[in-house]
Amino acid sequence: MALLQISEPGLSTAPHQHRLAVGIDLGTTNSLVATVRNGISVVLNDENGRAMLPSVVRYATDVVVGEAAQAAQSDDPVNTIVSVKRFMGRSLADIGDTSRLPYRFVDTGSMLQLRTVAGVKSPVEVSAEILKVLRLRAEESLGGELVGAVITVPAYFDDAQRQATKDAAKLAGINVLRLLNEPTAAAIAYGLDNASEGVYAVYDLGGGTFDISILRLSRGVFEVLSANGDSALGGDDFDQRIHCWLLEKNQLSVLSPQDTRLLLTLARSAKEQLTEHVDARITAVLSSGEIIDNVITRTDFQEMSTNLIQRTLQLMRRALRDAKLGVDEVKGVVMVGGATRMPQVQHAVGEFFGQTPLTNLDPDKVVALGAAIQANLLAGNRSSDDWLLLDVIPLSLGLETMGGLVEKIIPRNSTIPTARAQEFTTYKDGQTAMSLHVLQGERELVSDCRSLAQFELRGIPPMVAGAARIRVTFQVDADGLLNVAARELGSGVEAAIVVKPSYGLSDAEITRMLQDSTQHAQDDMQARAHREQQTEANQLLDAVQNALDQDGSLLSESQRSEIESRMTALKVTLPLADHLAIKRAVTTLNDATVSFAQARMDKSVKRVLSGMNISDLEIK
Amino acid sequence: MLKLQPVPAVAKEKNVGVTLSEAAANHVKNFIAKRGRGIGLRIGVRTSGCSGMAYKLEFADALDAEDLQFDSFGVTVLVDAKSLPYIEGMELDYTREGLNEGFKFNNPNVKNACGCGESFQV
Repeated sequence: MALLQISEPGLSTAPHQHRLAVGIDLGTTNSLVATVRNGISVVLNDENGRAMLPSVVRYATDVVVGEAAQAAQSDDPVNTIVSVKRFMGRSLADIGDTSRLPYRFVDTGSMLQLRTVAGVKSPVEVSAEILKVLRLRAEESLGGELVGAVITVPAYFDDAQRQATKDAAKLAGINVLRLLNEPTAAAIAYGLDNASEGVYAVYDLGGGTFDISILRLSRGVFEVLSANGDSALGGDDFDQRIHCWLLEKNQLSVLSPQDTRLLLTLARSAKEQLTEHVDARITAVLSSGEIIDNVITRTDFQEMSTNLIQRTLQLMRRALRDAKLGVDEVKGVVMVGGATRMPQVQHAVGEFFGQTPLTNLDPDKVVALGAAIQANLLAGNRSSDDWLLLDVIPLSLGLETMGGLVEKIIPRNSTIPTARAQEFTTYKDGQTAMSLHVLQGERELVSDCRSLAQFELRGIPPMVAGAARIRVTFQVDADGLLNVAARELGSGVEAAIVVKPSYGLSDAEITRMLQDSTQHAQDDMQARAHREQQTEANQLLDAVQNALDQDGSLLSESQRSEIESRMTALKVTLPLADHLAIKRAVTTLNDATVSFAQARMDKSVKRVLSGMNISDLEIK
Repeated sequence: MLKLQPVPAVAKEKNVGVTLSEAAANHVKNFIAKRGRGIGLRIGVRTSGCSGMAYKLEFADALDAEDLQFDSFGVTVLVDAKSLPYIEGMELDYTREGLNEGFKFNNPNVKNACGCGESFQV
C-alpha cells in the first residue's frame, strides 16, 4: 500500500492527490532536489545514497547525466557539457573568450548552442536533462507525480537567464511553481523567516562562483536589499592556489593536462583535509616519473588564500553600501556553498561582521532545503504561513526618451513583484505613433544601456506636441519577467510587450555596468544635460520654423532676419560638446521671438473674437 | 533499513485504539521536535477516494472535544470518536520501499482497498 506522510492540521490530501512538490537547486557544479516530508525539509538521495548530482551531461549513444558523465569528461570533452548554467540565456558574445572551452559552439546570434555527437543542443536542453534526472529521483522517492517545483537561480540572473531556466524545467516536464533567488532560499532553510526581524547577509561561495546578498526580513516578508558577486571566484580558485604552490615547491613549469588534473584533484583533497586537520600531505607520481611529496599546513593555505577571501569581503562591503547599511546593522550571516567549510573563510566572515556565521546546516544542501520549504508552501501544504518572498531586480529598467536618454521607470534593487507607471507625451505636433524602447542599465545614455525590447504604440489621435498623455506601465512578476504596457489616456489605444530577451548579460557584465555607472556619474550628468539641451533646442527650432511658415507676414524684414540669424547661430552650437553654449543660444533665440509670439497671439485672439460682441464674452 | 512489523492480531474489542510501532513512534517524535510544536499525531478517516474511505494523518496542535487519546511509545495519538470504528486496532508503521519512505497503515478492519491501499472499505 501507499506510504503516507504526516500533513499539517486540516491539510490531509485526498487519496492519489498528494501535493508533491520539490525544491531544486540547479547549480553550476552540482544540483540537488529536496522536499518537505512529515514537516521536515530533506534532500532526496539517489539509489546510491548520494545527494549531489554533478551538473554534467554527456551526449553519447545515450544521454548520461551526473557522476558517469563527469567520469567521461577527460575522454570525451566535446560531448560532455559541464557548468552549462554559465551558458543559460547567453549568446556567444556574452561568454567572451571561448578558446579555453572544449565545446563546438554554434553562434545563432541569440542563445548559443553546442554541437554534440547527438546533434546541436541548446543550454536549455542540456539543463533539462539534469532536471529530468532530478524529477525522476523525486517521483520515485515520493511515490507519485510532482505538482510542481521551486527552482533556485542566482539573485543576479537577468530576465533571459530566468526564462531559460523556466524553459528547461518545462522541457523536463516540471511545472515551475516559482523561481526563487538562491540567497532567499538559504535564509528560508535557516528558518530566518521565523526569526526576529532584521537584516541578514547570505555569503555564498560555491565551486566557481561567489554571491553576496543582503536580505531584510520585516513582518515575515523577505526582501533582497542588494546583491553582488563574482562569477569567476569560488572554491576552485583555492584549489588553484594549492596547485600553484605545488608547482613552485617542486620547481615544475609546464605539465601535461593529465598531470595538471592529477595535481588539481590532490590540491582539492588537501583543501578538504585542512578543514579538519592542521596539515595535509600531498604525494603524487607525475608522468615524467618525478615524485611529489609535500606537506601543506593550514597556515600555508591561509596565507596563499588571503587575497581570495579579501576579494569576497570587498564585494560584501559593496553590497552593504548598495543597501546603505553598516556592518553592525547585519543581524545574522548565512553561509552557503561547500567552500564556506574552510575555517579561514568562516573566520574572516565572522571577523568582518563581528559575529559567528550560521553554519549548522550543510552548506551544499541549504539552498535546496529552502527551495523545498517554499515549494511545499506554494503547493498548498501549509496554512498558517502567509509570507511572501520578495526578490530584487539587479539593474534599473527604463525607457528611451528624446535625445537618446534613458528614463528609469523601475530603479535597480526594487523588490519584485512590482509595477510602476509613468506618463509620457508626444514630441511633435500631430504625432500619431510612439516608439517605446525598453532598456536595462544604470547609465544615462541609451547607447550605454542594454536594449531589452522595442515596440510601438500607434493610433494616437493627432494633437499638438505635449498634449497626448501616454501612460507606460512596467510590471515585473514574481519570476522576474518584465511586461511593459503603454496606453494613450485620451483615446484608450494601447500596446504591450512581454520582455523575453533572446540573450542575457553575464554577472561580470552586470558588475561592470554597475561600476561604469558610478565611475561615469559625472560624464553621464554632463551627457544628460547636453542631450536635454539639444532636445530643447531642436524643439524650439521646429516651433519657430512652424511659426515663421504660418505667420511670417507679421514680421518686418529686419525682425525676420534677426530671428533667422539667431536660429542659424543655435544650429551651429548643436553639435558642440558645450551644453552651456547651446543654452545661451536657446535663450537668445527665445528673446528674439518674444514680440513675434505676442503678435501671433494678438492675431489669433482677434480671429476668435471677430464677430462676437461683449455679451457673448461675458456669457463665457 | 527498517524491518516491516508483522500485522498484530487484534481482538475485536472496544477501545483497543490505534498504536504506533516503535519505529513509527520514534519518527513521529523526531518530526514533531523538528517542527517545533505539536501535541501529537492525529489519525482519522474521512469519506472520499476511489474506494470509500481515506486516511487522515496530521500533526495535532490542539485537542478537540470528541478526541480519544492513546499513547504509543511516548507519542500521543488522537483519534476522533467518529473515525475510531474504522481504524480500531490499527497499527501504524514507518517503512522504506526503494527510494520512498513513509507511514504504512495495518488496519484489521479493511475488507476492500483500492490498488494502492490509500482508500478502503470496511
